[in-house]
Amino acid sequence: MTRHELTRFPLIKALLKNRWPQLAVYAALLAGFIFAIFAGFVGSPVGNHNFSIVFVWIAWWAMLILAAVPFFGRGWCAVCPIPLPGEWLQRGAILELAPTGKGVSLGRRWPNPLRNIWMQNISFTLVALFSSVILTMPLITAVVLSAMFFLAIGSSMVFERRAFCRYLCPVGGFIGLYSQIAPLELRVKTTRACASCKEKPCYHGSEAGYGCPWQVFPGGLQKNSYCGLCMECLRTCPVDNIAVNLRPFSSDLATPTKRLDEAFKAFIMVGAALIYAGVLLGPWGALKDAAYRIGSGVWFAYVGVFLSVLFVLMPSLYALAVKAGMLLAKTSSAVRPAFAAMSAALVPLGLMFWVAFSLGFVFTNATYILAALSDPLGWGWNLFGTANIPWQPLFTGLLAPLQTLVLIAGMLWSAGTAQKIASAAGVRPLPVIIYCLLATLVMLGLLL
Amino acid sequence: MKSAMIFRLLMLAGGLALALLPSFAQAAPPVERVFRIEASSFAYKPGQIQLNLGDRVTLELVSMDVVHGLYLDGYDLSLTADPGQTARLTFVADRAGSFRFRCNVTCGAMHPFMIGKLTVGPNHSFTLAAGLTISAIAIFLLIHPRRASQ
Repeated sequence: MTRHELTRFPLIKALLKNRWPQLAVYAALLAGFIFAIFAGFVGSPVGNHNFSIVFVWIAWWAMLILAAVPFFGRGWCAVCPIPLPGEWLQRGAILELAPTGKGVSLGRRWPNPLRNIWMQNISFTLVALFSSVILTMPLITAVVLSAMFFLAIGSSMVFERRAFCRYLCPVGGFIGLYSQIAPLELRVKTTRACASCKEKPCYHGSEAGYGCPWQVFPGGLQKNSYCGLCMECLRTCPVDNIAVNLRPFSSDLATPTKRLDEAFKAFIMVGAALIYAGVLLGPWGALKDAAYRIGSGVWFAYVGVFLSVLFVLMPSLYALAVKAGMLLAKTSSAVRPAFAAMSAALVPLGLMFWVAFSLGFVFTNATYILAALSDPLGWGWNLFGTANIPWQPLFTGLLAPLQTLVLIAGMLWSAGTAQKIASAAGVRPLPVIIYCLLATLVMLGLLL
Repeated sequence: MKSAMIFRLLMLAGGLALALLPSFAQAAPPVERVFRIEASSFAYKPGQIQLNLGDRVTLELVSMDVVHGLYLDGYDLSLTADPGQTARLTFVADRAGSFRFRCNVTCGAMHPFMIGKLTVGPNHSFTLAAGLTISAIAIFLLIHPRRASQ
C-alpha cells in the first residue's frame, strides 16, 4: 500500500521533534480544561449557557468525532491535557529532560491481568449510562472531568508511564479503536534497524527524550490503537528510523484483532450510538425520562436494556452471523477467533454511526458555542458581543441527506472490510454484511 | 452462484422499489387538523405527529410546567408557551418528509434533547434512505461477487 512519509519534510519533522510547539498546545488545552472544570462548579447550572457543557460536549466532541479521530487517529491523545500534570510529576520536569529518579512516582508495572482494554470498556459504559446528566448538567460534567484528572495524576504516581491513557481513559479506548481508520500513522522505517538496536531508547528513553509513555515498542507497531503520537520515539531514535506517514484509510483493519476486549469495544460503540440516537435524538419522552431519572426503577430498567444490547444482543447476533458465515464456508474451527477477527468490520460502521449521531445534535446546538464564548459562566457577560445570539438550528434541511450518505458510506466501508478479512478468518462475509445492513437500517429509522 | 446473483438482483429491485414507491403512492386529500401538544420537562405529548401533505394544521402548545417552546425543523416555525397557557400556530404542511420539532426555550437539564417528530405524508426520508441503502449494498455485492462469496 502507498505511504507518504511526512517526516521527510524538514519543517514537519522539526515541528514534531521540538517540544515547544507541543507544550504551547498542551498549555492552551490544559487552561481550557481547567476552566471547563471551574465553569462546571461555579458557572450557571443551565447547560447550554455554561462553557463546560457547550465547549466539552458540543465543540470538543464535534472536533473529536467529525475531524480528529477520522483523519488524525490518536491526534487528540497527542495533545490531550488530562495526563499532563501526572506525567510532569512522574518525570519531575515539564519541558526539559530530567534525570531518572527525579520524579515522584512508585513506577510500578500495570498489573498483568488488566493489560487490556476491558477497564476502558467499563469506564466508557459507565459514562454512557450516566450520559443524560453528564451531557446536560455542568456540575456533573465538572465532577467527571475532575475525576479523570485526578485519576490520571494518581495512576501516574503509582504506575509507570501513562497507565491512565493506556488502560483507563473512557475516551482513549474508542479513539484507539477508530484510529485504525485514520490515514495517518507512526511507524518505523525498517524493522531491521530496530532489531539491531541494542539500547532501544525509543522504549527506555535516552538523553534525547523519554521512553514511550504508551508502553509501546515502535519496532513492533502494526496498528495505531496504542500509539499516542506523542513523538518521543521520533526524538529518541538514534538512527532516524521513525516516520509519520500518510496512508490509505483503514489500513490497520487488514490485520484484524484476535482479542475479545478489542472486539467488544466495537460492539459497545455501535450499540451505544444506536441507543443514544433513540434516547437522546428520538421523540420518545419516556425513554429520555428513564435515562435521566438516575436511581429510579425506570433507570435501572434502562440500564438493563442498555447493557443487554451492548454486551449480549449485538454480540450474540454477530456471533450467529459469523457462525453462519463459517457454515457457508464449511469451516469447522472455533467461532471465537473468527468472531474477534470479523469485529473489524464494525469499526467503520461504528465510526460513521457516531458521525451521523453527532451531526444530529452538533448542527442543532452549534449556535450555543458563540453565546458561551462571550458568556462562558452564564453570568450575563458579553465579552465578544455574541452572548445574545439566539439559538438557531443550522443546516436542518441538509441533516437527513447528510446522515443518510454518512451511514451508507459506513455500511459499504464495513462490507468492504468484511470481504477483505473474511477468508483469513475462515468465513463467508455475507451474513456479516447483512448484519451491518440491518444495523444501518435501524440507525436510519432512529435518526430520520 | 446463480442463486446468489438472483438474490442480489432481487435485493437491488427491492431497494429501488422502497426508495421510489412512496413517490407514486396515492396521497390522502388534505384536511384541516388541530393537535394539542402538551410540553413538560423534557418531552412532548404526543411526541410524534402524522400529517398528510397539504393539511392545514394548527398546533396548540400547552406548557404543563415551565416555559417551553417548539421549533419545527424544515419549516423554520416556532412558538412559545408560558406555564398553563396555550400558544397556537397554524401552517400548511406543504413539505413532505420527517421533521424534528424541538424546545427552543431553555427549560432545564435535558432541554437540548426535548425533541418530537412530525411526519408529513409517508416518512419518505426514511423509505428513500432505506431503499438507497439496500440498493447500495446490492450494487456493491454485484460489483464484488467473487469476494462476497469467498
